[in-house]
Amino acid sequence: MHSRSNAAPLALKLAAIGGLAFLHLPILLIFAYAFTTEEKSYQWPPPGFTTQWFGIAWNRPDVWEALSLSVKVGSIATVIALVLGTLCAAAVSRTKFFGREAISLLVILPIALPGIITGIALRSAFSLLDIPFSMWTIILGHATFCVVVVYNNAVARFRRTSGSLIEASYDLGADGFQTFRYVILPNIATALLAGGMLAFALSFDEVIVTTFTGGQQSTLPIWMLEELIRPRQRPVTNVVAMVVVLVTFLPILAAYYLTRDGDQIAGSGK
Amino acid sequence: MSASPSPAVLTGKSGLLTAASDLFWRRPGLLLVLMLAPPLLWLGVIYIGSLIALLLQSFFSIDEFSGLIVYEFTLSTYKQLLLAANFDIILRTVVMASLVTITSAILAFPIAYYAARYAQGKWKALFYLGVMLPLWSSYLVKIYAWKLILAKEGILTWAFEKLHLSWLLDGVLSLPVIGGNSLSVSYIGTFIVFVYIWLPYMILPTQAALERVPGNLIEAAGDLGATPSQTFRTVILPLALPGIIAGSIFTFSLTLGDYIIPQIVGSSRLFIGQAVYTQQGTAGNVPLAAAFSVVPILIMALYLWAAKKKGAFDAL
Repeated sequence: MHSRSNAAPLALKLAAIGGLAFLHLPILLIFAYAFTTEEKSYQWPPPGFTTQWFGIAWNRPDVWEALSLSVKVGSIATVIALVLGTLCAAAVSRTKFFGREAISLLVILPIALPGIITGIALRSAFSLLDIPFSMWTIILGHATFCVVVVYNNAVARFRRTSGSLIEASYDLGADGFQTFRYVILPNIATALLAGGMLAFALSFDEVIVTTFTGGQQSTLPIWMLEELIRPRQRPVTNVVAMVVVLVTFLPILAAYYLTRDGDQIAGSGK
Repeated sequence: MSASPSPAVLTGKSGLLTAASDLFWRRPGLLLVLMLAPPLLWLGVIYIGSLIALLLQSFFSIDEFSGLIVYEFTLSTYKQLLLAANFDIILRTVVMASLVTITSAILAFPIAYYAARYAQGKWKALFYLGVMLPLWSSYLVKIYAWKLILAKEGILTWAFEKLHLSWLLDGVLSLPVIGGNSLSVSYIGTFIVFVYIWLPYMILPTQAALERVPGNLIEAAGDLGATPSQTFRTVILPLALPGIIAGSIFTFSLTLGDYIIPQIVGSSRLFIGQAVYTQQGTAGNVPLAAAFSVVPILIMALYLWAAKKKGAFDAL
């Protein structure tokens, strides 16, 4: 770069904006399809627009059942992941011990390996142990790969939290639990909240592991998958897809705003 | 206030919690063990246990007449992987994963570079969210969107028609192997959806690596007389490479194991994930399914080993 100007070359700008457009336009298209009057095909442009499908989707009990199972599974898996992920992050970031690297690897493994392997491994373990498929087997699978999201967020925050804060707390006479309650927890709370939201989003969306660990019950993604393979009422699927997009955007935005200001937390300058 | 001055050393408080707290203070190792036990039990026992159970099954075989699993150590199941039909599946998946990875790297670079180097303030946040939102939005909804786009009556055919380019689309679709009846039942369709879904996983680590390239290094290269393309080849690209490799771990691994995308958008020819799914489900051949799932594990182990040598993990 011969010139010191801070303007990007036009080609780069176009490629970058084009790339972002490629990422977003397909999602926007769903919004148009939610209002189409066409029932039998994916015809574009839509022959007409209507809002009737929202009412029809609202009155479908199978959608509500799938949604409520997804919320239940996501909440419980998130709680388990929060506990396990925070414990692991605290242990890894506070102390140096033998096998520390191996633990990071162990936590990352469930999402580093293809989901189908996690799924089939859990399924064959369940069948070996004669565990019947239920909501709990789904939760078991989800919690396993949700740990890593909480862990990553918590480890990053622990690294930024100064150890001297904790020492100061001990020096001032607080015991371990008081230090945790009044010093550590406030420092890591937003990171945990962000991690928890991302874990929930991850569980809410998971389909590959769930196809192996779920029995008769269907979570929302499983419901969606069945509609994709054997469409029954395409416009209802369009509406559900649009609502899912809107609902998943909220925790992502919230998690972003929660972790954005992390650098300004007290004691971060070591 | 009593007459005596407050003691310099606090008297010990009583209570179970305090006792526990004191114990942890004196024996930090005990606290460490207590903290690590639950996550390690969960991941180490449930997860690793399941993986080992799976791997063991791949050394069993299936009786061809009764269809029951023979619990005897054998390598015959692995030998089946080398049969032409099965080996084709592996080859097809690896080729697809490589193409998807290379294409994602090329598409991701300008976005990552612009976001790391030129975007500031509001634009930086916009770029970040612009990558995070598609990354986290529902996987199935994204596939569904592409089913709408690639359908024969969908928006892409319509756009080609409006631009009077229908001959181009028809020409591409009539190509052997990669073509098909419509884009949504062709390899091209599968490829586009793979690239679309995994692209954000490539952008983020590439951007992280580019953020760490000091601006004055690029200026120095320019001052020393390098042309922009020389600067790119000899300064920027080598420094961004660990990030690109880190991203490629995701795109490669995720493509290797996915079975939903080729099932919904693609031809009827199988990928590894689909082979695992059908073998353990309808075919009931769990040993072969297990052997098939060992393939991506091995490939990824090699890949991770090579990536570690290149220092890709520092860029994650």
